[in-house]
Amino acid sequence: MIILENVSKAYKAGIPALNDVSLHINTGEFVFIVGDSGSGKSTLIKLLLKELDPTSGDIIINGKSLNGIRRKQIPKFRRNIGVVFQDFRLLKDRNVYENIAFAQRVIATPTKKIKRRVPMMLSMVGLAAKYKSYPRQLSGGEQQRVAIARALVNEPKILLADEPTGNLDNHNAWDIMKLLDEINQKGTTVLVVTHNLEIVKAMKKRVITMKKGVVVSDERMGESHAD
Amino acid sequence: MNGWVKVMRISTFFYTLKQGIKNIWRNKIFSLASIATMSACIFLFGLFYAIVANFQTIVKEVESGVAVTVFFERGASPEVMEEVGAQIDKRTEVSKKVFVSADEAWEEFGKVYFSGDQSLMEGFEADNPLAESAHYEIYMNDVSMQSTLVTYLQSIEGVREVRSSDIAANTLTDFNRLIGYVSAGIILILLCVAVFLISNTVTTGITVRREEIAIMKLIGATDYFVRSPFIVEGILIGFIGSAIPLALLYVMYSRLVVYVGDKFIWLSNMLRFLPVKEVFSTLVPVALILGVGIGFLGSRLTIRKHLKV
Ligand SMILES: Nc1ncnc2c1ncn2[C@@H]1O[C@H](COP(=O)(O)OP(=O)(O)OP(=O)(O)O)[C@@H](O)[C@H]1O
Ligand SMILES: [Mg+2]
Repeated sequence: MIILENVSKAYKAGIPALNDVSLHINTGEFVFIVGDSGSGKSTLIKLLLKELDPTSGDIIINGKSLNGIRRKQIPKFRRNIGVVFQDFRLLKDRNVYENIAFAQRVIATPTKKIKRRVPMMLSMVGLAAKYKSYPRQLSGGEQQRVAIARALVNEPKILLADEPTGNLDNHNAWDIMKLLDEINQKGTTVLVVTHNLEIVKAMKKRVITMKKGVVVSDERMGESHAD
Repeated sequence: MNGWVKVMRISTFFYTLKQGIKNIWRNKIFSLASIATMSACIFLFGLFYAIVANFQTIVKEVESGVAVTVFFERGASPEVMEEVGAQIDKRTEVSKKVFVSADEAWEEFGKVYFSGDQSLMEGFEADNPLAESAHYEIYMNDVSMQSTLVTYLQSIEGVREVRSSDIAANTLTDFNRLIGYVSAGIILILLCVAVFLISNTVTTGITVRREEIAIMKLIGATDYFVRSPFIVEGILIGFIGSAIPLALLYVMYSRLVVYVGDKFIWLSNMLRFLPVKEVFSTLVPVALILGVGIGFLGSRLTIRKHLKV
């Protein structure tokens, strides 16, 4: 469960990037966040990761107020959240296997468990055969799959994706969105920021539209989960 | 520094070690420069230590031969002499005092000047020409305290004269002090250079890894995890940079001892080298701690400055 209560964020004195935003996102939901460039979508994602702190208001994730999390506790908090970006952000000097294993090493997972988990994730994203490849040897779509596998390897309850298909062609974009939907079906709460309105319309999910730091519409489309 | 002794999972330990080695490898030129400087530092330090340690034993030997002589007032009674002895015993810089009676002084004199010829000496039997020469020979454990001691001795009641050789004492003291200053100076300068270079190496490493560090933080890596490879990098540079010169010094020193012992036997009275084991049983741990410590410090300070995680 993600709750935003009157959250505002101003980078410097001036127009706020987010202005008094209140939102409820239930556990297990799939939510699209759309809006013009500069409307505050990435800012929202950064607030959810506690990369930034709100200027005012509070964010509550899984019953915990982010304002109450101390600096030392941030790493532990982030382990509950997987995150994917437009530019993949893979480690270029490590192969697919090591890129995914990396996320587990960071949280001191025993090697035995890493050896079990990584192949599982690789087959889930359909890259089992390419575990030895380096990022530069993969297509954009494949790189994003690796990034998704990395984001999910530690079994977070929430997956945040900031324009995960921004660098992909339509075909690959669809594949990634379907993969995210599958992940959501298995119980992970998924938040996807995107500019791809064609896919948004077709997938019939909850859509939050932002404009100049404000939520201007919040619709549930099609058969999407009820509140 | 808190947190650095935290217990690590074995797999994390090896991962961190591997990353630390990778840091050094990726950053070859800087790492090499750091290791080279570090080696130079430790080499000089070791060289210095070996010289000082050897010199110090020579000084010690000379020092133990330096004595202050205390003569008593004319006609001093044995009680007075004993009282003077008690006053001398109060001083901590005195390592040993030897009482030489007038008879013993005369005998000693006779041995030297009459070659112990009894008949020559018997002529003086009744009237010891050195009747007033009973004295204490005082040996010190710290020659630098000599002038203080002399002043003190002169103030004791019943003391007529205090004889000492200031030159020997002062020269030795000055030399010791000079060695102390020079060594402190050299070590300080080298320390700064080494810390600076290691800091530079680690800074470069952090810059190269910026992106990776950002990703690590988003994934939920603790500060400890992010920093550890850089600490390992510093420690490894320090370790390698002290192990190399130690090995070099070991070979050099043991060869020198053997060589001088072989070729310059006639020198062996004046120039007695400390055994290899004795020098290195102190030098090895000290140099390793110094090297590893500098490495740790260099990277720790840099991380504090550049890696505000
Ligand atoms: N680090 C920053 N410092 C100052 N202003 C910033 C910073 N990051 C974002 N902004 C401003 O905040 C506003 C919202 O930016 P944000 O990145 O959240 O937009 P966005 O909706 O993600 O846009 P896009 O679709 O182009 O990614 C913009 O006006 C932007 O210029
Ligand atoms: Mg954005």
